Amino acid sequence: MSSQNLTIVQAVRDGLYTEMNLDDEVLVMGEDVGKNGGVFRATEGLWDEFGDDRVIDTPLAESGIVGTAVGMAAMGLKPVPEIQFSGFMYPGFDQIVSHMSRFRNRTRGRYTLPMVLRAPYGGGIRAPESHSESKEMFYAHEAGLKVVIPSTPYDTKGLLISAIRDPDPVIFMEPKLIYRAFRGEVPEEDYTVPIGEAAVRREGTDVSVFTFGAMTRPTLEAVENLEDEGIDAEVVDIRTISPLDRETIVESFKKTGRAVVVHEAPKNGGLGAEITATIQEEALLYQEAPVKRVAGYDVPYPLYALEDYYLPSVARVEEGIREAVNF
Amino acid sequence: MSVLQRDPQDQVRVLDEDGTVVGEVPDVDDETLVDMYRYMRLARHFDTRAVSLQRQGRMGTYPPLSGQEGAQIGSALALDEQDWMVPSYREHGASLLRGLPLKQTLLYWMGHEKGNEMPEGVNLFPPAVPIASQIPHATGAAWAKKLRGEDDTAVICYFGDGATSEGDFHEGLNFAGVFDTPNVFFCNNNQWAISVPRERQTAAETLAQKATAYGIDGVQVDGMDPLAVYSVTKAALDKAKNPGEGEGRPTLIEAVQYRFGAHTTADDPTVYRDDDEVEKWKAKDPIPRLEAFLRETGRIDDEAVEAIEEDVKQRVADAIEAAESDPRPDPSDMFDYAYAERTPEIQAQYEEFEALREKFGDEGFLRE
Repeated sequence: MSSQNLTIVQAVRDGLYTEMNLDDEVLVMGEDVGKNGGVFRATEGLWDEFGDDRVIDTPLAESGIVGTAVGMAAMGLKPVPEIQFSGFMYPGFDQIVSHMSRFRNRTRGRYTLPMVLRAPYGGGIRAPESHSESKEMFYAHEAGLKVVIPSTPYDTKGLLISAIRDPDPVIFMEPKLIYRAFRGEVPEEDYTVPIGEAAVRREGTDVSVFTFGAMTRPTLEAVENLEDEGIDAEVVDIRTISPLDRETIVESFKKTGRAVVVHEAPKNGGLGAEITATIQEEALLYQEAPVKRVAGYDVPYPLYALEDYYLPSVARVEEGIREAVNF
Repeated sequence: MSVLQRDPQDQVRVLDEDGTVVGEVPDVDDETLVDMYRYMRLARHFDTRAVSLQRQGRMGTYPPLSGQEGAQIGSALALDEQDWMVPSYREHGASLLRGLPLKQTLLYWMGHEKGNEMPEGVNLFPPAVPIASQIPHATGAAWAKKLRGEDDTAVICYFGDGATSEGDFHEGLNFAGVFDTPNVFFCNNNQWAISVPRERQTAAETLAQKATAYGIDGVQVDGMDPLAVYSVTKAALDKAKNPGEGEGRPTLIEAVQYRFGAHTTADDPTVYRDDDEVEKWKAKDPIPRLEAFLRETGRIDDEAVEAIEEDVKQRVADAIEAAESDPRPDPSDMFDYAYAERTPEIQAQYEEFEALREKFGDEGFLRE
């Protein structure tokens, strides 16, 4: 297999390109995805390559984008609509929760929606208001949706292809803070990374740190720094928010007996709560310390002058790990 | 006959591209006309400086307004003191005229919520970033004025051509029609929703004609002709407050114009539109048009223009100085405004946050 050195956003583009070449039913739609190539360049060149019928600039209407994609998918196409920023999903929210998530269930499997709704999410890029939130749990709370958040270029392409091939609708949230932060080897060919499987990014014995998306980087940095203090931490990249890979979470926790969850979404009702409950349900007798959550605060995401204070920083993650280890 | 009683395809104009009078000049005093010019110059200069602040890393992403001064200033100048304004995110000029200091507009785009802290008596909503989401608010605000019997007050709402594709546009205008609210829906049709052209938003010939389906008046105006914009907006505001027999209060105005620059400083318009098109629209620039008219009619001369230039530069420089010397927001500020009082959860998070700051200092948080 030949490979290329790509950023995450290039891997998104490459995943779309690869799958569109293999499957004529796949099409891309959204605001500015065509001639402009997407505001983050995630669809760059696709319009030239595949034309106006497969790379579609739509009117500025998220409910229309999601709703028409539902109709297309019900007819057997595989639409991959883009919402320009996850903060603009909400006009389409009714379509997502009332229809996209439950067409299969409502029709007892007669109609299914093989569609992927992509959106960049998360903070840290000094963006304007409503451009920085992490609301993955809105979608995780909705049965019938799968929710995927990659953190490496390799996973991005592999998970995106899995999502497009998945018979069920997938919300694919892309961590825009690390869209271009680093490069990684990505095969030119098609390949898949399975949905529903977490990845152990670093093995360790003292504490399990669970994270995903853009927070994997500060987490790995914190864990590296703590080596000097004699702390040997395991880092698990959750990758799929729903369905959650409880097996990997529990397995890691049973080994360490201590856990920290890091996410930029608000603490209240965040994935940390679900992971904590899983540990409590399935590994209570292994528990050596309370589960520590290092998360966004339960306040509106601040405008960018204060966003660094809101997002989990390396120091905050380190302190959270110390707390779990020294309990 | 009212300027509003026209076919929505029939564009209202007062000045042609050279500033020659081709329609009815609105009945306003000389001072107001000169102010119109002054504020348009101010908006243009502010815009140029704001883009350059962003380029220098002194401000975040910023949405420029150049080319749209005629629509913003011409319409905002038609408001009475008690009227309210509900903007999108590009109305820096209109907001200034409504009373929002430039310093606050700068603070907002520099990432401080304080930019949205409206001074007492400034009847202005905060900018709405999600497209079209402010339109129902404007209907509700106008409805409230009507329900409370404040018949002398109207509400103007700004949005773009792209916004007319959103559900909120439909719902806001539909409510306005049903409840006959005192609204002016002012669509800044600048031809481009980022890279998507007006033709891709609707198959309708004009945006103004959408009013018909809501049972309200719709009028199209040359949005780069500030005198025409003023006339149309004034007529719509008057009708909102004091409709004639058989007239409805709300009006949809489509102001046809062009965004000279990028959608925001994060956008590169050369990817999706031709220079020829930009040049064609630049010939309609509202500022030289009004200047030519004012010179021609003896309302301003070289000396007056020079004085306005100096005044504009000074005011923008002062605003930048004031914004940049404003104290950085205190980080704990983010815990204070989610609710009237901090919830126990937020209080606990605040205490944890302060303990971390005590331990690590700001370096424990700030990224490069």
